[in-house]
Order: sequence, then structure tokens, then C-alpha cells
Amino acid sequence: MEKFDVHTGRAVPLRASNVDTDQIIPAVYLKRVSRTGFEDGLFAEWRKSDPDFVLNRPEYEGASVLVAGPDFGTGSSREHAVWALQDYGFKAVLSSRFADIFRGNSLKGGLLTVLLPQEVIDRIWAAVEADPTTEVTVDLVERRVRVPAADVVEPFELDDYTRWRLLEGLDDIALTLRHTDDITVFEGTRPDWKPVTL
Amino acid sequence: MARTMAEKVWEEHVVRRAEGEPDLLYIDLHLVHEVTSPQAFEGLRLAGRPVRRPDLTIATEDHNVPTMDLLAPIADPVSRKQVETLRKNCSDFGVRLHPMGDIDQGVVHVVGPQLGLTQPGMTVVCGDSHTSTHGAFGALAFGIGTSQVEHVLATQTLPMQPFKTMAVTVNGRLRPGVTSKDIILAVIAKIGTGGGQGYVIEYRGEAIEALSMESRMTVCNMSIEAGARAGMIAPDQTTFDYVKGRPHAPQGADFDAAVEHWKSLRTDEGAEFDAEVVLDADDLSPFVTWGTNPGQGVPLDAGVPEPSSFEDPSARAAAEKALAYMDLKAGTPMREVSVDTVFLGSCTNGRIEDLRAAAEVIRGRRVADGVRMLVVPGSMRVKEQANEEGLGEVFKEAGAEWREAGCSMCLGMNPDQLKPGERSASTSNRNFEGRQGRGGRTHLVSPLVAAATAVRGTLSSPADL
Repeated sequence: MEKFDVHTGRAVPLRASNVDTDQIIPAVYLKRVSRTGFEDGLFAEWRKSDPDFVLNRPEYEGASVLVAGPDFGTGSSREHAVWALQDYGFKAVLSSRFADIFRGNSLKGGLLTVLLPQEVIDRIWAAVEADPTTEVTVDLVERRVRVPAADVVEPFELDDYTRWRLLEGLDDIALTLRHTDDITVFEGTRPDWKPVTL
Repeated sequence: MARTMAEKVWEEHVVRRAEGEPDLLYIDLHLVHEVTSPQAFEGLRLAGRPVRRPDLTIATEDHNVPTMDLLAPIADPVSRKQVETLRKNCSDFGVRLHPMGDIDQGVVHVVGPQLGLTQPGMTVVCGDSHTSTHGAFGALAFGIGTSQVEHVLATQTLPMQPFKTMAVTVNGRLRPGVTSKDIILAVIAKIGTGGGQGYVIEYRGEAIEALSMESRMTVCNMSIEAGARAGMIAPDQTTFDYVKGRPHAPQGADFDAAVEHWKSLRTDEGAEFDAEVVLDADDLSPFVTWGTNPGQGVPLDAGVPEPSSFEDPSARAAAEKALAYMDLKAGTPMREVSVDTVFLGSCTNGRIEDLRAAAEVIRGRRVADGVRMLVVPGSMRVKEQANEEGLGEVFKEAGAEWREAGCSMCLGMNPDQLKPGERSASTSNRNFEGRQGRGGRTHLVSPLVAAATAVRGTLSSPADL
């Protein structure tokens, strides 16, 4: 996994609540068996059917921070939603509320999802819409979002462990495998009547 | 200290606890399907890692599979490749697979319980958000992403962040014609799609205790639609009777020992929940959705709401957007909304009791002209049982299509899709834009409402027939 420390980039204002994972990437785009190439599926329906959709507007081309409405990522557990955002070029998503599974997936894969008060999101939206070249800095080291053009210097919360893992770009599985002995000991204590599939 | 059921099950599975780190939880059962697993197996291959416990893992084909002409190759080459990839992965890594054509093939959340693999007090995961279904047994069951699928395959554990607990108490008794689907749609409408965020919900109260196991699964299934991590119901005699005698249930003295333990899982007297919600079952009536998220629902007796009736500006904007997408006018009685398609099936409502309930309504009647009704059993075993009970004939005689098992039109990854502009009454779980096919419009309903709607062609309850 790529390390994440400080990212500065232009932003896309997505003024919609309850953006579910079926919108982020419709089911027909989930059929790939590889880990890459999901960018075409990102918001595929909205990109196709609405010429004014934010990602169709040239002024937001190349932006790397998505600023979304509340309850972003509801619905299906598809990690493809995270991959599609990353493959398209997004490094961070800001919202006042994320669905749990989506948030978990994003932080596993190195897409930083940042919780900010809706009032701050509103200010960033306004600044980015007034000037699409507005730069947004997501600083994981200091756990702050900075948008000088909107006068935003806002701290955000992220637990120490996840922050450390993202800063180091560490693979969760390798970390857990350091504790294989604990797993083996635990397995010895499981009741015999627990079901097995084989 | 008095503890909730969720806390007890969690504690029993902690492999490792360290200051400043998430708890490492042991996973008792890992369910696998073709869509969210290929990249996980590929990850194992690249790292040279085996599946740690193939004997706690089981796979089936469900999301992509066609529900007719099973003997023909899957027409869509990309779907076919995904199914073939699962077969190769299961063979390479020694994982048991129930492929198309197998009697135990079907929607993964129907297959686990029917085999008796889902039992009280277990931790159950699957790369699918509707894993919450298994919480109906008093298991702690949650949907995970593909990175976590790989993590469980490699280690049989997951590092998990702590959760909060919410009690949803449903007092009183359901009136005839009102089902567990109506309970959960009403709960989601009440607390919203984000209302359960960060919580494990425990459903309790007289109306919940009176539900059958399959109805309980419907409730827990849609916990995720309220944003919750998981939903649970305390195991009781209904649970024990359902598990007993299934292929993977404990037997003899083991079963008695298991039941003793399962009884200890109930939330202690005096345990505190972080949040509580109370509903009265007597007040509930058949519920339907009008919008594009599962929280946008009303009683069937009501009309399409006015967006201006929502105080919260983002809810108002969402309602306006939803009405435009759904092509509905505020104030229209829900009963006047006509549909092209009725879908009966899915992990929410594709079990034998759902088929029985719908068949009882439709028996001796006809699907309305211009309406197509798809009946998709949750598993091939459900289909077999339905055929033995003559339900397949009932559906066919009414003019419905009696299909093979799979996820089908719940998410339209296979050819079962709505066309742009088509409208469905669907017993599935999500009414998102385009969920059942590009441009399709979905109203979520119970199996009883689905059957009555098929007969009348407009959203209806059996009482309207």
C-alpha cells in the first residue's frame, strides 16, 4: 500500500447526500477479476446521463479530493467503490458522515476518508465552486484539512493505529501474521461443537 | 457488569487485545462468493499465503448466475470469467464450493443458515453487506470488503474497531397482513439510512420474539440499510428448533452443550445500550418505499410525500431528486402507482416462508396483464421444497416466471434487469437509482404486497384483492 502523509490537490464538490455504492460504481462494473481498471465504472451512470455532472465539467479535471455530502458510501460492501475512486485519481474524500463498511474499506486501501462538520464542507464547496483551482490540503501527519481560500484549518479525528498504518503504508495481513501464535492458542480453546465446512 | 449480547459474543472471540490497537477477533465462519473474492485470492497467491482455515470457509455462486437455462454456458463472458475464477480459486485453495446446478447453491445468506452452518454466538463474515442476515441467530455477522476477505482467508481473524449498541424494541403484535419486512422498513424510515451508523442493533420485544427464524432473518438482513454494522436477535427456542437436525448442527450431547451456551448469550438484565428506539407493532401496516434510498418509505395507505414536508435541507433535496428519478408526484396515493415488474426473491425475502406467503395470495389468481412477475428462490433447496409443496405450480399457473436460484434482479448483475423507465415492486433490500437495471425504478415491499401487486398491477396489499 502507498504511504499517505500530506496530500494537496484540487477538489470536486459533490453536492449530494446518500451517495450509495451503486452510484459510485454500478454492479455491472464489478465483474473484473483484477484489482485495477475500475475508473470507467466510477459514477458511470451519472457521468453518462448528465452532461452537467461535476466529473463531466472540464474545470474539475485532474482534481484529487472529493468533497461529498453526508452519508457517502452507503449500501453494498463492494471495495470496488474505493478502487474506482482511486483508479480515477482521488486520494481523499471529505464528508460529514460515511457509511461504516465504505470507510473501513477506504482506510484499508489507502484512500483517506476525512470526517468534517457539514458547516466546513459547505464552506469548502462554496470556495471550490467559486474557484475550481482552489487547493485543498489533507494533512494526515497533523490530522488537519487546510483550505486557505476558504479560511479552513480544521482538525479531524482518526485513531492513532489507523493513522500510523496509513503513514507507514503497512499491510494489515502482515501485521496480523506477527501474532500467529496467539491465533493458534485461541483455536485450541474453541468448543468442539462449532461447525466446520469440510 | 451486565453486558449486551453483542458484547458477549465479541468478548468470546478476542484473540488479542493491545492498548491503542483494534481488537483482533476470531472468525467462526467465512462465506465467499464470486464478486468480492477474486482480488482476495489473487492477493494470497502473490504473497504465497494459504487459506488458514478452509474448514471454516464455504463458497457459492450467486450474484452473477443466470436464473434460467442453467446448462448453457453463462452468456456474458465477463460474468462467466468471474464464476470460473471462483471455481479455480476454490479448487486451488481447497475451499468447499456449491456451484450452479448443485442442490446447495443459492444466495450465500440463504445457504449458510439452511446448512446449519450459521449458529448462535458465532462470528460470521462475508464480502457482502447483507451478512447481517445471520444475526437473526444471535451471531455477530457483518459485511466486509475484499481486503478484509483476504485478511480472513489468510488469518481467520479481523482487526475490528469497537462498536456501539442500539436496542430496537418492537412491542405489541403485528396485525394480519403485516410482516417482518414492514417492521424493518418502518425502522429504517424512522432512524434513517445513517441512523444505525457505528451500532450493532439488537432487535427485541414481543413482536420480534413472535417472529419465525426466517422472518427474523429479514429484519436483520436490512440492518445495513439503516447504516448499522450488524443486527442481532437473542437466540431462543425458535432458534434452537430451527438449527436442530440441520446438516452442520451439533448432534446429541453436543447439541445440548451448545444450547446451554447459547442460552447464556442473551443480554443481561440491566445491561445498557448506547441508544434505544421503540416501535409499536400494533401501529404498523404494510410499508412501501417511494424514493431512492430504503429510508424513503411510507405506509401503503399513505401518499407520496411533499419534499417541503422535510425540515432537513439535505433530506428535502434528496426527496426532490428521488421524486424526479422515480417519476412520482407528491400527493399521489401509493396504491395508484402501477408497476411493470414484480420481483419476489433475494437474501431478504427469498426463503421458503416468503414463497409460501406469496403463493397463498396468488393461488387461483392471475398476474395482471402487462405485468411480469419473477419468482427467484433463494437457493436450489428452497426451490426443491417449494416444488414439493406445489408452490412452483401455483406461481406458474398464475403466469409468473418460476426461476432458478440466485441474487437475480435484486442487483441485476445477471440478465434479470429492469429496462430504463420500468418500475418494480421488489421484495429485495435496495431501491437505489439503477440498482435493478439502468434507469429502473424500485419500490421495496413485503412478499405479501409483492403478490397482491402482481395481481392488481398497482401497489396493493392482499386486503385489496
